[in-house]
Amino acid sequence: MPPVLASVPTFALEGVDAREVTVEVDVRQGLPVFTVVGLPDTAVREARERVRAALLNSELEFPLQRLTVNLAPAWVRKAGASFDLAIAVGVLAASGQIPAAALRGCAVSGELSLGGALRPIRGALSIAIGCRDAGFERLVVASEIAPEAALVEGIEVCAVPNLSRLVYLLHGRWRPDPPLPPSRDEPFAARELPDLADVRGQADARRALEIVAAGGHGLLMVGPPGAGKTMLARRLPGILPPPTRDEALEITRVQSVAGIGAGRPATERPFRAPHHTISAPGLVGGGSRPRPGEMTLAHRGVLFLDELPEFSRQALEALRQPLESGAVEITRGQVSLSFPTRVLLVAAANPCPCGVGGERCECGTIARERYRARLTGPLIDRVDLVCQLAPVAAASLAPGVAASEGSATVRARVITARERQAVRLAEAARSPSAARDTPAAVPSCNAELGSRATRELAALDRRASRPLGEALDAGVLTGRGHDRVLRVARTIADLAGADRIAREHVDEALGYRATGAGRVTA
Amino acid sequence: MSASCCDACLRRGYLVGLLAGRIAGLLDRPGCRPGGLLALEDAELAMAVGGEGTDEAINFLGRFEPRRARADLRHAEVAAICRHHDGYPALLRDLGDPPATLFCCGRVELLAAVDEEPAVTIVGTRDASPYGLDVAHDLARGLAAAGVTTVSGMALGIDAAAHRGALGARGATVAVLAGGPDVAYPRRHRDLHRQIRESGLVVSELPPGQRPYRWSFPARNRLMAALARMTIVVEAGESSGTLITAEVAQDLGRILAAVPGRVTARVAAGSNRLLREGAPVIRGASDALDELFGVGAHVPVPLSPADVDPLQRRLLDAVEAGLDVDAICEFAGVPVNEGRAALARLETRGLVRRDGLFGWEPARTRR
Repeated sequence: MPPVLASVPTFALEGVDAREVTVEVDVRQGLPVFTVVGLPDTAVREARERVRAALLNSELEFPLQRLTVNLAPAWVRKAGASFDLAIAVGVLAASGQIPAAALRGCAVSGELSLGGALRPIRGALSIAIGCRDAGFERLVVASEIAPEAALVEGIEVCAVPNLSRLVYLLHGRWRPDPPLPPSRDEPFAARELPDLADVRGQADARRALEIVAAGGHGLLMVGPPGAGKTMLARRLPGILPPPTRDEALEITRVQSVAGIGAGRPATERPFRAPHHTISAPGLVGGGSRPRPGEMTLAHRGVLFLDELPEFSRQALEALRQPLESGAVEITRGQVSLSFPTRVLLVAAANPCPCGVGGERCECGTIARERYRARLTGPLIDRVDLVCQLAPVAAASLAPGVAASEGSATVRARVITARERQAVRLAEAARSPSAARDTPAAVPSCNAELGSRATRELAALDRRASRPLGEALDAGVLTGRGHDRVLRVARTIADLAGADRIAREHVDEALGYRATGAGRVTA
Repeated sequence: MSASCCDACLRRGYLVGLLAGRIAGLLDRPGCRPGGLLALEDAELAMAVGGEGTDEAINFLGRFEPRRARADLRHAEVAAICRHHDGYPALLRDLGDPPATLFCCGRVELLAAVDEEPAVTIVGTRDASPYGLDVAHDLARGLAAAGVTTVSGMALGIDAAAHRGALGARGATVAVLAGGPDVAYPRRHRDLHRQIRESGLVVSELPPGQRPYRWSFPARNRLMAALARMTIVVEAGESSGTLITAEVAQDLGRILAAVPGRVTARVAAGSNRLLREGAPVIRGASDALDELFGVGAHVPVPLSPADVDPLQRRLLDAVEAGLDVDAICEFAGVPVNEGRAALARLETRGLVRRDGLFGWEPARTRR
């Protein structure tokens, strides 16, 4: 038998992207050996045993010859069991059990059981996207994850339960049912989100939440334990506009790569509330084989940092740059990965170490100042609004008190305000002086405006600019806080349906601002 | 300037400065008191420090050049007042070990004035509660409004709040320091130090440039107690250095009073004990004035209210009452967006300020 060579395309995950990897299988006369080369990790080397058993248990032939498997490009580190299927298909093709022509334009990805069944893998959506972008026509994956992969338009996704079915498919003797991408309107999608109607009182915090949702600004809530900080934060995804199709794909992709996806497109924005003991890599992503951090898991959704001053300084420092740029770059060895990190930051803190605050606080000056210094530390310049919460008065909890406004009403206002922004931003992007200094490539809300764009799009007339000038003169506002107040004022005007920012919008933005207020004087 | 301090006293002042480090070797243990050491004559003091210090001191006493010392003082803008001069407060002579020379920065006339117009010393812990800071601030402000000089030690916490309260009402305030009068200690009070030099008085037993030693704090405390007819302890823990001031005040026959704190509060344990032992209770400036001048003899001048409209008045009242934003807006009868906007305007006008990130408070320079 002459030596035969087969090559099968598959994909390796790199961050949230998929990189094409070609599995080459060489079969030639010789003592029966099975070697895998091309920077495989232990799990990939173990693929030999799985592939052998899966082939034999599927009543296929495992050639008793010299088998060499190469994973190319050789410098990319390969990890995990997702190369099993490609190796098995390569062996089948090289030993003539399937027609090589059937593999044209087709990529495969999957883990094998010893019995020959295809197991689901993480990151199906990323692989499908990579597959389409690389120009393939067909992608073979396990049935369980096929609906997720089928979210990508432009490729045929073949849902295959096991190896024998795959052989039938490649011989043209069986066709799988096309997987149906689950509709966004299906009933199971309508997960119950916590509703703002559950929150009694707290008019000030509700207003701040609405502004934050409408403009994508960062929020800090300060209040004693039990005032409802976490309760309010959890209600933020419910008043944010539902994700667009593209955003839903981004969210699903991240969740799929992290192995927390539901195998269907996300219908709501994520809400992540990492514990304050989290490390910097846990927050922004990292590890020797980089995994997405909490920030990336909260991409297009809400990142809630409860007990902000308790987070380690390194963790908070690490948050700054990704918050600014909307992505985090992680370099390990020769590979540099990028994780998306566009989050809405909501933080919460107690007013002092004992948590009571106000008149009844018993903390000493030194303890309080140390706490405040930590609170006004690295993240405060990413916070646009600060609101204070008091424990809810018993009276407003009593039955019979009118229920508060529900999330649906607030969300409707938020969506209207976002639409106003979208129109304005689209106009600005078309104009020749399109803001080039924006930190995030294309701003999608007021909070993402760069400083030049802020001055252009949130311009003030003389009457509206007076409070800002006075605040600067009075020393209660710093230059850096100035743009921040402008952006928040722009959002408040958008919520009010106003084309021009009026004086009361600026005043309100000044009332909520954080920077310049946190200076600790001793 | 030369007239205000005789050469012998000036030499003595600089000798204490020279030997400050040696004295630290003898005294610097927790809770130490200078005892009789500062009451010794120059030669005895030189002998007391012992060893090389004695030689150094004797050498210094022989070579001291008053003319150069005075030039240095002029250069540092520090005045020296010795106990033979009219500007030296007679009250200090009640001490067994009055300092020979006081080194002063600022309005030196405040020093002699404490004999005629009684001053009040306000002291308390550095690690004070917000309540303690508020009380100390308002107490000093009220006393300043009534024309009474406030004496304190420019330490963190209560001391600084008292100085700021007095400065805020444009009143006279005297800071007694444990280091040289030109040395801002603690360093974060540099601004406060400058303000007191400008509109009040900074005074010390140690010559300019001296850093404070552990022993010089209790030594400074005895001066604070002696300078005022009345000492008010705002908040003091059970083993606070503040209680040294209280003890000296009592020994000198001054009025020793205290502000009640929460009985469960650690920071008020010492001051509450003073009350239990019979110290007069001080609830505010008028209580202090009653103790000093007799009931009703001295009425503090009310501070003039700012020019505000009725809505702003209601907002200010609500802020003064310590309400949160929701409650402030409810009290003033406006929705929160308008309430926030109105508060921002009041802040710009300097009528309210932010308590860091923690809400709103009436505009005053506490802490």
